[in-house]
Amino acid sequence: MDRLRAVAGEGQEPSPAVDQLSSSLKKCARGDQAAFAAVYDLTSAKVYGLVLRVLRDPAQSEEVVQECFLEIWRNAGRYDPARGSASAWIMTIAHRRAVDRVRASEADTRRDRDYGAATQPIHHDETAETAEARLEARRVRAALDTLTPMQREAIELAYLGGYTHSEVAAMLDLPLGTAKTRIRDGLIRLRDTMGVGPR
Amino acid sequence: MSGDIHALSGAYAVDALDGQEREAFERHLATCSTCQAEVDSLREAAASLSETVAMTPPAHLREQVLGNIATVRPLPPVVRIGQRRSSRRAWLSGALVAAAAIALFVVWVQPGRQQAPTLSAADQIIRAQDVVQVSQQLSSGATVTWYRSAGQGGAAVSIKDLPAVPSNKTYELWLQSPDGAMHPAGLLGGGTQTVALTGSAKDSIGAGLTIEPAGGSASPTLPPVTVAAFPKV
Repeated sequence: MDRLRAVAGEGQEPSPAVDQLSSSLKKCARGDQAAFAAVYDLTSAKVYGLVLRVLRDPAQSEEVVQECFLEIWRNAGRYDPARGSASAWIMTIAHRRAVDRVRASEADTRRDRDYGAATQPIHHDETAETAEARLEARRVRAALDTLTPMQREAIELAYLGGYTHSEVAAMLDLPLGTAKTRIRDGLIRLRDTMGVGPR
Repeated sequence: MSGDIHALSGAYAVDALDGQEREAFERHLATCSTCQAEVDSLREAAASLSETVAMTPPAHLREQVLGNIATVRPLPPVVRIGQRRSSRRAWLSGALVAAAAIALFVVWVQPGRQQAPTLSAADQIIRAQDVVQVSQQLSSGATVTWYRSAGQGGAAVSIKDLPAVPSNKTYELWLQSPDGAMHPAGLLGGGTQTVALTGSAKDSIGAGLTIEPAGGSASPTLPPVTVAAFPKV
């Protein structure tokens, strides 16, 4: 549990994989397709997993993942390391595309506003993950445990569920403006616990 | 919209704002670096959530993704004069540059050559031992190459196919000093030409081209036709 206690103002030491992702992305900007393959191999599980979690449909998810990586390739030169990690830059693209796709499909019955159904976890194959990924996932879940249940649920509905803060408020029976406060407070706590964020 | 707009940063960071609220917050973000920094840091936190749902995609997806990019050209980076994001004097935002659709190729120092005394001012700069050049392609199809030699203390520009402007207008060149100010550096018309910029470019950090009323202006009219940052040698 010591690993969770962030030293104020300092981030985690970047792992070798983090450095590789950043430098591979830089090479993509110059048209290096081998570097792009490395970017894919380092991030495809998180991108696909997130998109699938938001969209729930595997076929649509594959389409959106293709769109994500095309955008990543085209815009690699626009990634600014001073503003954040390469991983967060990539996941921001993935999340935005997943949410855009979900909101575009008006009649999408998969977007179940019933709270219970929306939070059904998708069974995922743990053996497919690397040891490092499982370790990271455990670390994040432990950090999430430091949030209040309401903060955690609000964040998971918004981020993993792709719902707007108004929808989240309705689903959690909160007054209209309250969900966005929970989301912000929870993210700040998550950020500080994990030691990511402002340099 | 009632309430504190800054409080929307968390919802924005997880794409939980929609429609008008999102647009309003994005307008706010353009003016509030505190919020932008917070959004960036909260996005880092949010991104870590993807670790909890990571799943290896089907094998065929890799081939499709790698195949998709084979014929797609990565976009060039956005040019910022002086590389000073927070400077209020930075006269060009990334959005303006992106809108101008400039392709930037930076080529480093040219091999030195014996300088002949009969060369024009522009050629002396272009052939200087310490010259750096910045090449650009404008959305009009014109190409612009900037040259700067700190040793010669001058800058030059070589332009091909610059569109003509009406008779009540002129193109104007600018040199940017380290404090961010833009200094007039000469007037020119459309077409193809190579000229030296007037004034000392010894300490200049960049240059630009704008359209001004005939006779030129003392300060640039935005948005510029193009701008370039001189790479440090």
